[in-house]
Amino acid sequence: MLSKKARSRIVVLTFLLVLAIVVVFFVLKSLEENVVYFFSPTEIYNKENISFNKKIRVGGLVKEGSITNNQTSVNFIVTDLNNEIIVSYSGSLPNLFSEGKGVVAEGKLKDKKYFIADKILAKHDENYMPPEVSKALEKAKN
Amino acid sequence: MLKNFFPNKILSLGDNFFWILVILLVSVILVGLIYALFISPPDYVQGDSVRIMYVHVPASLLALACFGFIGIASICTLIFKIKILPLMAKSLAPVGFLFGIISIVTGSLWGKPTWGIWWVWDARLTSMTILLLFYLAYMAVWKFVDNFEKANKVSSIIGILGTLNLPVIKYSVDWWNTLHQTSSITLTSAPTIHYTMLIPLIIMLIGMVIYTLIIFLMKYKSEIIKFKLDRKKKEN
Repeated sequence: MLSKKARSRIVVLTFLLVLAIVVVFFVLKSLEENVVYFFSPTEIYNKENISFNKKIRVGGLVKEGSITNNQTSVNFIVTDLNNEIIVSYSGSLPNLFSEGKGVVAEGKLKDKKYFIADKILAKHDENYMPPEVSKALEKAKN
Repeated sequence: MLKNFFPNKILSLGDNFFWILVILLVSVILVGLIYALFISPPDYVQGDSVRIMYVHVPASLLALACFGFIGIASICTLIFKIKILPLMAKSLAPVGFLFGIISIVTGSLWGKPTWGIWWVWDARLTSMTILLLFYLAYMAVWKFVDNFEKANKVSSIIGILGTLNLPVIKYSVDWWNTLHQTSSITLTSAPTIHYTMLIPLIIMLIGMVIYTLIIFLMKYKSEIIKFKLDRKKKEN
């Protein structure tokens, strides 16, 4: 059914396509450090040769009950449920910043457990529901 | 199926056919918008800004789907040299590009109140921007390369390379840490979006698919006419 020409074009195209996929894969793999938007506390904990002068981002959940306000700054704990990092920040918080919700902080590490942020972003998760449903779920949990 | 897209069939599509599609489009979008803006509830975290999703998600999906079609058509064009496939792919590019723009604009409008920022260079947003660049390159080749065979070849290569980006867009949120949330609707597990929000989303998607079909058919029709005229010019 297929002409000889078409068949040879299939072979060439398949070869080039596989090659292109492999190239893309390795480029993305080698750029992984730059492709990820933030590191989790565990990733930072496990990271060797970490830079304390470079701006990085750390993300995770705001630990329940960890937000403390003092006059100049707000402190809270970012957790990925394995490791934790204390984040200190002075500035305005996004509206959706709250306990138990996702957060990404941009700034510099003081040490592996302490992070000074100069920008805070709220990370929304993939759950969408009406307020009544959320309340009912909360009730069922307690 | 493909037979229905043969030039003679398309050229015989009358105004009545398009009017039926337009009426269908208006009614579906109207129902979708009323459901999305008034009937569906606000989100428990995002509040009313969740309503942006009803435009954002279908637009993004269609931007990807249109380029996916361009990619498949490009591969088949290079292998089988079917004349109508490049014309079809070419006709899908503008509407796909438009939806890509809509996706990014609505995403930014949602990002500001939700994340606290209009734009970040995370993997999802960056790969989506790259898709728009592929759309631009694809359309530019058709616009600026006069020779049909040459334009067809170059645009097909762009179409295939751009298609490699599609799984990267789709899975960027799973492969890497991104600010963008992961998908709420997956093949493997129950949707994490409440059904009162899922219904308007699906209605809006249907409406936007109809819109895509209308724009595509109109563009495809004019591309066929242009192609035939060009050929006649050459013969004379």
